[in-house]
Amino acid sequence: MKPRYSVFSLLRNALSYHENWPQAWQSSEPKPRYDVVIVGGGGHGLATAYYLAKNHGITNVAVVERGWLGGGNTGRNTTIVRSNYLWDQSAALYEHALKLWEGLSQDLNYNVMFSQRGVLNLAHNQHDLREVSRRINANRLNGIDSEFLTPAQIKEMVPVIDLRAGGRYPVLGASLQRRGGTARHDAVAWGYARAAGARGVDIIQECPVNGFRIENGRVTGVETGKGFIEAGKVGIVTAGHSSVMANMAGFRLPVQSLPLQALVSEPVKPVIDTVVMSGAVHAYISQSDKGELVIGAGVDSYIGYGQRGSLPVTEETLAAICELFPLFRRMRMLRQWGGIVDVCPDASPILSKTPVEGLYLNCGWGTGGFKATPGSGWVFAHTIANDAPHELNAAFSLDRFRSGFLIDEHGAAAVAH
Amino acid sequence: MLLITCPYCGPRCESEFSNGGEAHIERPKDPASLTDAEWAEFVFLRDNPKGLVLERWNHAQGCRRWFNVARDSVTYEILAVYPMGSPPPALEPRRYV
Amino acid sequence: MSGRMRLPHGGQVDHNKPLNFTFNGKSYRGLTGDSLAAALLANGVHLVGRSFKYHRPRGIVTAGPEEPNALVQVGEDPRSDPNIKATQLELVEGLSAASQNAWPSVEFDVGAINSTAARLIPAGFYYKTFMWPASAWKTYEHFIRRAAGLGTSPSQRDPDRYDKTYAHCDVLVVGAGPAGLAAALAAGRAGARVVLVEQDHLLGGALLSASEELIDGNPALDWVRAAETELRQMPGVRILTRTIAYGAFDHGFFGLMENVTDHLEEAPEHLPRHRLWKLRTKQTVFCSGSIERPLVFADNDRPGVMTASAVQSYVNRYAVKPGKRAVVFTNNDSGYGAALDMVAAGIEVAAVVDARPMATGPLSERAEAAGLRILPDRVIVGTEGRKRVSKVRVADLNAEGDGVVGAVEEIACDLVANSGGWNPTVHLFCQSKGKLRWDETHACFVPDQAMQASQRSAGAANGSFGLASCLGEGAEAGAAAAADTGFDAGAPVAAEAEDRDFLPGRWLWLVPSDKPLGKKAKHFVDQQNDVTAADLKLALREGYISIEHVKRYTTTGMATDQGKLGNVNAIGIVADAFGRPLPEVGVTTFRPPFTPVSFGIFAGRDVDDLLDPIRRTPMHAWHERNGALFEDVGQWRRPWYYPQYGEDMHGAVNREVKAVRESLGVLDASTLGKIDIQGPDAAEFLNRVYTNAWLKLDVGRCRYGLMLGEDGMVMDDGVTTRLGEQHFLMTTTTGNAAPVLAHLEDYLQTEWPDLKVYLTSVTEQFATITLSGPNARRLMAEISDAELSPNALPHMGFTAARVAGVPARIFRISFTGELSYEINVPASFGMAVWQTVMTAGERYGITPYGTESMHVLRAEKGYIIVGQETDGSVNPLDLDMGWIVSKTKDFIGKRSLTREDMLKPDRKQLVGILTKDPEEVLPEGAQLVEQVLKEPPMPMLGHVTSSYHSPNCGRSIAMALVKGGLAKKGETLFAPLEGGKVVPCVVADSPVFFDPDGERMRG
Repeated sequence: MKPRYSVFSLLRNALSYHENWPQAWQSSEPKPRYDVVIVGGGGHGLATAYYLAKNHGITNVAVVERGWLGGGNTGRNTTIVRSNYLWDQSAALYEHALKLWEGLSQDLNYNVMFSQRGVLNLAHNQHDLREVSRRINANRLNGIDSEFLTPAQIKEMVPVIDLRAGGRYPVLGASLQRRGGTARHDAVAWGYARAAGARGVDIIQECPVNGFRIENGRVTGVETGKGFIEAGKVGIVTAGHSSVMANMAGFRLPVQSLPLQALVSEPVKPVIDTVVMSGAVHAYISQSDKGELVIGAGVDSYIGYGQRGSLPVTEETLAAICELFPLFRRMRMLRQWGGIVDVCPDASPILSKTPVEGLYLNCGWGTGGFKATPGSGWVFAHTIANDAPHELNAAFSLDRFRSGFLIDEHGAAAVAH
Repeated sequence: MLLITCPYCGPRCESEFSNGGEAHIERPKDPASLTDAEWAEFVFLRDNPKGLVLERWNHAQGCRRWFNVARDSVTYEILAVYPMGSPPPALEPRRYV
Repeated sequence: MSGRMRLPHGGQVDHNKPLNFTFNGKSYRGLTGDSLAAALLANGVHLVGRSFKYHRPRGIVTAGPEEPNALVQVGEDPRSDPNIKATQLELVEGLSAASQNAWPSVEFDVGAINSTAARLIPAGFYYKTFMWPASAWKTYEHFIRRAAGLGTSPSQRDPDRYDKTYAHCDVLVVGAGPAGLAAALAAGRAGARVVLVEQDHLLGGALLSASEELIDGNPALDWVRAAETELRQMPGVRILTRTIAYGAFDHGFFGLMENVTDHLEEAPEHLPRHRLWKLRTKQTVFCSGSIERPLVFADNDRPGVMTASAVQSYVNRYAVKPGKRAVVFTNNDSGYGAALDMVAAGIEVAAVVDARPMATGPLSERAEAAGLRILPDRVIVGTEGRKRVSKVRVADLNAEGDGVVGAVEEIACDLVANSGGWNPTVHLFCQSKGKLRWDETHACFVPDQAMQASQRSAGAANGSFGLASCLGEGAEAGAAAAADTGFDAGAPVAAEAEDRDFLPGRWLWLVPSDKPLGKKAKHFVDQQNDVTAADLKLALREGYISIEHVKRYTTTGMATDQGKLGNVNAIGIVADAFGRPLPEVGVTTFRPPFTPVSFGIFAGRDVDDLLDPIRRTPMHAWHERNGALFEDVGQWRRPWYYPQYGEDMHGAVNREVKAVRESLGVLDASTLGKIDIQGPDAAEFLNRVYTNAWLKLDVGRCRYGLMLGEDGMVMDDGVTTRLGEQHFLMTTTTGNAAPVLAHLEDYLQTEWPDLKVYLTSVTEQFATITLSGPNARRLMAEISDAELSPNALPHMGFTAARVAGVPARIFRISFTGELSYEINVPASFGMAVWQTVMTAGERYGITPYGTESMHVLRAEKGYIIVGQETDGSVNPLDLDMGWIVSKTKDFIGKRSLTREDMLKPDRKQLVGILTKDPEEVLPEGAQLVEQVLKEPPMPMLGHVTSSYHSPNCGRSIAMALVKGGLAKKGETLFAPLEGGKVVPCVVADSPVFFDPDGERMRG
């Protein structure tokens, strides 16, 4: 058992100049066989491994990551966490995740800095107001905290906002989820890696998966840069590259990989204490603990695996931010980047069995996967362990595109987050 | 910002165009004869290739005409522009893992 | 005198033009041409800030964009700018700047207490604590946030303007040092259109800071001036100074930010503050030079410790002595340049500490000849001094270079100039996904393979550090780039110069100390973020072994200089710790921007009302004059309601909807999308895109149509009229006009190119005036020459006639359930016809009504609004509109309607809802349940899509999407509202609450 992190261990280690800290996780070379191989060492994949071990006692597990842990969308997103989704199925899944977030630092013994600073979704016209009201009511009856704020209440909470927003997109109201907020993205990957490692999960970095071995319709292992690894079951959790993996396994997905743009400003003293999102103008903003304004933009409209920042989307988003916050025109962009997001036609994820037996798929989170990380791992571990979905993810099957049971969250997810 | 050569107007900035997804997905002639799964193939399932992608673009802020583009979805290099209805040009099938 | 440390003459400053400025409230003088940093140093001010975490006193380290420490808050609210690098800020009369991240003052900073607790807060400490109790994080975070951050955001609306512009060129040259000037000259002489971008306000790059370089036998700056003159005379060459090429994007696209007025005392009204250049180039030559890296030695962060090249800049370019008694610490030949320049400027050089076993190289030899005290094979093992370095401690290096031996010598000094080698500035090259190569000899990453064939690097940016190489490579690259765009002028003639670089060197990533690493001294790698070598090693020890993990765990390279100074040192230290070759560790990703760029440039002029176009109808001015309130629908601004005499919305809407039912109302419906459809196959085309049949619609008749996506969900609706055998006019909802046109064109051009059909948007060509109410025909008869009898113009009929003397299209269609005419007239006549209608309609009490009343009137009739009753998950059968879905033909989306889940009886279906209390109006968006539970969660059946008080029905009415709703007619449901109130209501037999037989509109 690893020594626990605490203020006491910090003090104790300070005495020895921090020279005795153990590795947070052991970087392993693959064993010949695992009960479960998780492809993808992002937050969702690591969480899946952790819950396989913790909830299902399956510890002969490997997480194989082609680069470094958390190097995909986990380390590129704008870290918004909320559960105020419209449809029952989504609400239940994200709320389950939010409840796990609320105890995650303690569960993992790793401070993921989950900060419940509240998430505001702005309404700029009558249509927005109707949608906000619909969502607040649905949330409330689903047991999810959600409330309406008048413009005056918004101003009180976010003094730097310009409610007139230059006159073009006046702020008419907002929904607020107080339990929503942000978390420290890297810490989520590292915390899960450490906790999974402590339960015996092998973490294998710099190990690309080049193919799946499938016999009689059943997966038997993965071909990797470090050789063949036999596996009882395989979970694919490779946001951005889900289609690439599915194509290797011989099927296609209803997914497009689109570049998602984000940026941060230079750090400043606290100026905005909550998360503000606006669907109408496609922008969302929060301030990191370090002081950077963290701004999420939309997606480029075409397939792109380039993982780089682009100009047009940034332009639109910053114009919107400058409209809502005219004082930020003087702030300066420090860094911009792109991630690759899997976008499903109904803006909802896929957490599902696949046409290949023993092969499971976790993808399609679009722009909003980070917030689901604990819940996603939790239900995906259940799905793998039982070869059947948990009731929380039963609706998020691959089959829904055939049957028509889509969970169209465009309203709730129209802005990315 | 891609530079896309509209076959009718010439090279223009990406911001003048809208992307129409993958090309060469033909609408079934007789949808009623398809199974649900076959219909879903047409409506939803895509190759989403990492590498050579054949896709449709519309010069939305210009001549409003549709055309096809062959592009590398990693480098974003545009390899060919060709009209609607034409088969794709012979290109090396680039695939990245 | 502009400061006690100012040299009497020399440099690129104007000694006759002093400028006044204040720093931390104290007044100083500088010179025109100074940077703020130079002016501060001229006044002997080294202490300018406090570090991020430990609040250690920090001074000016560099003279350029790589500055980690000298960040200041400039100006006063609302023109207050945080985190400005003093090294890049041009001094201007009256400038006021202040230190950041220090309280109460930079001299005495309470936060420095962190420094004493430094042992408790190593890299990543926050991941290990602040976890108990869980609820306390909020409190911890509050204090962490306040302690973090650097400068302060302005607190008011920015009064300045920003701009953006496009530019195109054949050859973009980034950087106007010797390589860049040579490249621009070569390309320009060949006739190419050239854009030369320079971040500085002067051209010359490193030559501005050099002491005695010669080009073609003359002082280098003479050559720079001649080059500038020649370039400025070339019509195809544009020189952008004070401009940073901040980002390299796809296909030769670059983002540049030009600082237009920040350096001006008074900004002229017509100029924007900053400008974004969106530049598309065919060819690019990166001549962005190189950045000197400091040595990582113990307590290397004290004010007075600077890079050697920065010292040269201050001495040579700004005529400033950054200290009185200096120690040079170097591991390569170029450090001696600083020593020699300091001697020439009258600064005492106490010693040159050289990590190399032998001080060799051209400059070293000159320093030796000049009698400087050179201490080879030695290193600085520590420094002292609280707010300014006061001495260094020097010891012999062991043979391996990883420890020191022998006695420690102390040397008093107030300045340390140090050089650890040079890094080419490869940011834009890497943003373009170019690949780097490790140059063993120079110990730096240099450009290898460019991903975009049109990109070249030249000079120091390419790892060629000698002046002659810079000039030669620049000229060659410029000429080659021009030739690749069709401007071939043959081989260029390069200017001549000496060609020495900074070799030989001995590369030490971590300078050993006589104290163990991390104890009693700190080796800073990233000064701004307070990351030390010990932090890097801690990260490795804890298993964060990827360089990206090291970066993220320790935050090295994530400060506002983005690792320009420290990244390669960090990589070197990590490589050493692993015993791996440095290139195997690799670099972290280079991301735009090269240096920070203001948000304002991305908005440019697209601010306030110009953020997004506002579309107004031809009658907008009338609505405004008559007191209308407006609502935004898509880009349109539509009259919402017309309050009279202090009416509230309820009062106004009641009056408006009654007037329509009782006499006559008028609506400005110009915003409805209108698409002109012509061609022999027009009817067939409509037949494929709408769910109902269109082939047999007679000329002169209108028909309502529903359009689906291929997923079977309702996309839009509207009335389409057959104007002629091959001519239709389609109307769409206001918000969907553009998407519907795009949808139609997509199918027409890509699926059915064989159909001969032509589509034209005519939304803005027509003004639409809708007359509605029992008196509509009477008024029409008075103002038009149309044949209006029910036989001649029946419900769903069309005629062309004159209205108010203007040629008009008249559609007898109704969205209110009343006798109703939609009149289309050319947009330019819209206002005139509207006014005629209003005047003539006075006798009928004609009442203008807005969108809110329109919503009530249509809801009374059970008509849907796409986007309100539908949300992308609703199909026609869910709307109980099976009557409009053809069984016999195919149409877009039809196949989806028979998928397994479309046929389930518990789908959400549209029904009418009546509250038990007729006075109670359900809020739209209220959720309905079968059973109210004590507390959530409770299963929901659906939600209220539309809900109004209907004066015509004398009660409230509503529509809702309810699971299995069509089978629930007559059942009681409940709407549990916010605040605990529960509204019981009944599923109505029909959502048509008024005139169910439609006699009024058909009459």
